[in-house]
Amino acid sequence: MLQDKDRIFTNLYGQNDWRLAGARQRGDWDGTAEILARGRDAIINEMKGSGLRGRGGAGFPTGVKWSFMPKSSDGRPHYLVINGDESEPGTCKDREILRHEPHKLIESALIASFAMGAHAAYIYIRGEFFNEARHLQIAIDEAYAAGLIGKNAAGSGWDFDFYIHRGAGAYICGEETALLESLEGKKGQPRMKPPFPAAMGLYGCPTTVNNVESIAVSSTILRRGGAWFSALGRPNNAGTKLMAISGHVNTPCVFEEELGVPLKEIIEKHGGGVRGGWANLLAVIPGGCSVPVLPASICETVLMDYDSLRAERSGLGTACMIVMDKSTDIIKAIARFSQFFKHESCGQCTPCREGTGWMMRVMNRMVEGRAEIEEIDMLEQVTRQVEGHTICALGDAAAWPIQGLIRHFRPVMEERITAYKAAHGGGRITQVPLGIPVAAE
Amino acid sequence: MSAHSPIDQIEQPDSFAFDAESEEQIAAILAKYPPERKASGTLPLLYVVQKQMGRQTGSAWVPRVAMDEVAHRLEVAPIRVYEVATFYLMFNTKPIGRYHLQVCTTTSCWLRGSDDVVAACKKATGIDGFGQSSADGLFTLTEVECLGACANAPILQVDDDFYEDLDGPRTIELIEALRRGERPTPGPTIDRVNSAPAGGRRTLADSPAEQG
Repeated sequence: MLQDKDRIFTNLYGQNDWRLAGARQRGDWDGTAEILARGRDAIINEMKGSGLRGRGGAGFPTGVKWSFMPKSSDGRPHYLVINGDESEPGTCKDREILRHEPHKLIESALIASFAMGAHAAYIYIRGEFFNEARHLQIAIDEAYAAGLIGKNAAGSGWDFDFYIHRGAGAYICGEETALLESLEGKKGQPRMKPPFPAAMGLYGCPTTVNNVESIAVSSTILRRGGAWFSALGRPNNAGTKLMAISGHVNTPCVFEEELGVPLKEIIEKHGGGVRGGWANLLAVIPGGCSVPVLPASICETVLMDYDSLRAERSGLGTACMIVMDKSTDIIKAIARFSQFFKHESCGQCTPCREGTGWMMRVMNRMVEGRAEIEEIDMLEQVTRQVEGHTICALGDAAAWPIQGLIRHFRPVMEERITAYKAAHGGGRITQVPLGIPVAAE
Repeated sequence: MSAHSPIDQIEQPDSFAFDAESEEQIAAILAKYPPERKASGTLPLLYVVQKQMGRQTGSAWVPRVAMDEVAHRLEVAPIRVYEVATFYLMFNTKPIGRYHLQVCTTTSCWLRGSDDVVAACKKATGIDGFGQSSADGLFTLTEVECLGACANAPILQVDDDFYEDLDGPRTIELIEALRRGERPTPGPTIDRVNSAPAGGRRTLADSPAEQG
């Protein structure tokens, strides 16, 4: 487990001053110009060597992503865009960076922008994080006033501007190209790729979109060295990660932990254990609602990192876990996600726009048990028809929780259906009687 | 995505003009984007409108004439602003109450008792269902999706502020306080520091004492 000396976010809970004076005491903005003086290639190589993988959910190596930016400008400006549209249900980690470690983020944004030849960075913050954006704006103003950003930022010779752009309540804007559309003042509807943002992103210019946490850890990595970071965690799953526990634990919280620690230990230490004891555990969704649910038997042994969770056909995602004890109606818990995705579909692609509504309606019937047993297979089949058939990954994200439910909790679904039949006269009954609107949402 | 815009179905004011406070904000906003990319100001300017309406009328919403004014300022077609205003949930395209109660019911909040928070909101305001306003015009109740503060679930967002770790009785207390014109301090409503575990930190042991 992670020791305090290796924590990056030392003001995670806002227990100390989050403003410039406090941040400087914690080591932020110390020798920033010297880091930039190492040059673009050295910075990118150090980041590659650290093994840092994207902290927003997809897990793509951050240093490699930075290296995709053109080495020299063809006349178009380069942009860094930071994704602070944290909206994945269960996820509440970037919020702590924005409100309690804003200077770590600003300093890292300067370094990352320099490494990709960008003189401007935009951070897209979800609209609901009004107070978090306010903290960050105060920190930005402090940094400008202290000469840390702006012309000749921190005495490095590099000009750098940093701007906040607030979203307005659309989950889809966490998808990088939808985010860019939104930043350009449009509806948040994802773009086709290619072209990828590194070739044609914001305003048609080379752009890299990184999660808040991926950016915010980079100043510390460059200060302490890629080797320090990669020594933490496990091979291909390096470093520390902000995580959160919500749901049925004794002490829900946000915390920083090393990757590759057993999920069970994390729940016991940080979450204070499952409500009613470990034996009362039903299931855990390990990293935001898009990743498939894991039953208690797997939670017993699985490690909390990208590869271990993938091996169990789930994923690390945002590493913000939702814990459910045995009192939970697991079908209803997953059906609520179906409602979420139906609500958040941008409406652009037919499989997602229609599929999310269809899946939600069938899931709602599954909650009641008002279905036929063979409809479980049909539901599974429809999730496969949505998955992989849309412009962005929202269709996949809507399909996976249902697939996880069917994979691990099929008997519960069957029991529910059998019980409904028993209570309503048995036999094969018409599940959707004539006259009931089925697509009327 | 809202399939049917309510813009044509509600009573709209005849005119809208930005006040001095808004003009100051607009100047700061437009300085963020390249001059030929003014359209980027669409979301921020809609927020400016909504805030100004809140200041002037007590109901923070975006009337259609204001969307036209935003389009004019940003030199885009009005439809570009209409489609943005109706796409994003946080722009209210019809009048709302003075206090906007936005209750999260997504799974993390639901597991920790958001049903009780919803019931308390209804009981304390007399509102029957989501999307409605109380008879006295003070409150509007909206069901929202995950607010991104799940370790402090369940959450009720009142206008811009998160009230966290709620239960039924504390929700009623909060709403009664709002009714009296008070603004309780946002954040956890139980004894804990932000998102640290209740009962005290288990990490960062050598960090100085908590300042809250």
